[in-house]
Amino acid sequence: MEEREAIIEILEELAPGGDFENCTTLVDSRVLDSLTIVALVSELEDAFDITIPAVEVVVENFNSVDGLTAMVQRLAED
Amino acid sequence: MTSYFTLMFLGLFLPLTVVVYAAVPKKGRWVVLLLASYAFFFVLSRALIIALVVSTLSIYVCGRGMGALIAQRDAALKEAQSGKKAIRAAYARKMKGVMVAGLVVNLGLLAAFKYLHFFGRIIDGALALVGIHLNLELPVWAAPIGISFYTLMAASYLVDVFRGTIPAERHLGKVALFLGFFPQIMEGPIARFGQTADQLMAGSPVTRANLYAGTLRMLYGLCKKIIVADRLNALVKLVFDNYGCYDGGIIALGAILYTLQLYCDFSGTMDLALGMGRIFGVTLPENFRQPFFSRTAGGFWNRWHITLGTWLRDYVYYPVSLSKPAKSLTKHARKKLGNRYGPLLASSLALICVWLGNGLWHGAGSQYLFFGIYYFVLIVAGSLIEPSAARLAEKLGVSREAWGYRAFQIARTLVIIVVGELFFRANGLHAGFDMFGIMVSQFSLESFADGTVLKLGMDAKDFAVVGVSVVVLLVVGLLRERGVDIVGKIGAQKLPVRWIVWYAVFLVLLIFGAYGAAYTPVDPMYAQF
Repeated sequence: MEEREAIIEILEELAPGGDFENCTTLVDSRVLDSLTIVALVSELEDAFDITIPAVEVVVENFNSVDGLTAMVQRLAED
Repeated sequence: MTSYFTLMFLGLFLPLTVVVYAAVPKKGRWVVLLLASYAFFFVLSRALIIALVVSTLSIYVCGRGMGALIAQRDAALKEAQSGKKAIRAAYARKMKGVMVAGLVVNLGLLAAFKYLHFFGRIIDGALALVGIHLNLELPVWAAPIGISFYTLMAASYLVDVFRGTIPAERHLGKVALFLGFFPQIMEGPIARFGQTADQLMAGSPVTRANLYAGTLRMLYGLCKKIIVADRLNALVKLVFDNYGCYDGGIIALGAILYTLQLYCDFSGTMDLALGMGRIFGVTLPENFRQPFFSRTAGGFWNRWHITLGTWLRDYVYYPVSLSKPAKSLTKHARKKLGNRYGPLLASSLALICVWLGNGLWHGAGSQYLFFGIYYFVLIVAGSLIEPSAARLAEKLGVSREAWGYRAFQIARTLVIIVVGELFFRANGLHAGFDMFGIMVSQFSLESFADGTVLKLGMDAKDFAVVGVSVVVLLVVGLLRERGVDIVGKIGAQKLPVRWIVWYAVFLVLLIFGAYGAAYTPVDPMYAQF
């Protein structure tokens, strides 16, 4: 699970203080606001050499580290 | 029958539709809903129903076109050994063409009905700058009911099929019912196909529980509209139409009461829409979540007209801020400005589109554009200030989650909301600035002391009724904020309690509603947008 750890590291840098390991409401509880999401997409694209289209920016993908990891793995396979 | 708030609709059309719907076998119930929806639309907009039919057919045909291309693409990908990326790109281009064609039809209809005159004025103004005077007097057409709402739903359907979020629908009736469902056609909520279409076609039975919960919510919405919004109409209209006659205190009162009126009118209509949906077993998306408890201007828009906000977020904000040029801008800006301020550049570009879109969607007027820009500036400024505010609070040892600080934030946001609504309701941008100027420079409470305030179309009894209503709204809002499902809780009580509550709300509506010659009911306010 290298991706998972790398994603947590990125999140901690972008939104310090969040409980990224366990939180499943990152978007709903506004730990990630729309501004942070734009930065996160940019960071994830650089880190994993993927392209994240707007269609992927949905609550299911961004509410938890697991959702983000699954999205990154799926996009990396495409 | 001119709206939901008529005896003909509430006493005859809706009950008749419910009875026929319940009597018809499950398979045919969607037909009842579709016929009722088209009948309602026809009564309100007559021949303009053709616009709804064109929108429906266009998104259906374009959806099917994209569906066929997706099937061809998948077959080609299955057979291909290499070059899959090129195949995907080629089909994406074709699909984009189909989607854009559909969007042009739908947004073109919206523009023709709503903005033709406005565009004519803009073209005239632009040409006048280079010395050409065309004097284009483009006509102002009567628009079909709900065109601003169902056009956004139509556009979302096209984009969702293009993105693969939903499959292209093969059943024309399902697309027609999704777009035309009568409880939401006038003022939304702006639903997505994936949210409501299956439920609309399911033909769910009319259960006692749904009938009770649905009608109770409708009654609550009617109370907001008829007891509060209609009662405030006389004063609000008088103050906004004759603002030059009043001091700043009365202008402020007018702006506060207009904000309350708009909330009660729009959220009351939403209670009605969601209640009607519930009767047919359809859960429509919520459009309000205690907006006046918001702590920031941005937070307000997460709680007010939610379905418009999420539409703009999903179909404007992210597509713009995550477009190739914006992404590359973000990448460079982050290196120079860091993670907090770096993404702000691309986000601001996207936010301009969102807020100009929000303003223009409400109407082709300079006050609406200003309203959009007002929130754009406040939200971007909020993002810029946020890190410094956090540091300052930490230095001063102020907890930002403390009760006092939260109350301060809510009060500050309320002022922002009321000022925004003042410009929004003013008869043009010039009048908005005049009113704001009077409110600030000539503020006085004299009109309250000398009794002028009671000569503006509302007597002491009216103010008392509005005051008690605000307390009730506040209590209900606080309970909802704490996650209490009020209708669910009442619905779980024993039968006598359930009926006592129902009749009590009904009686309150009958006794305290603003009926009669003394009041002029306001037309559903968001139906004009």
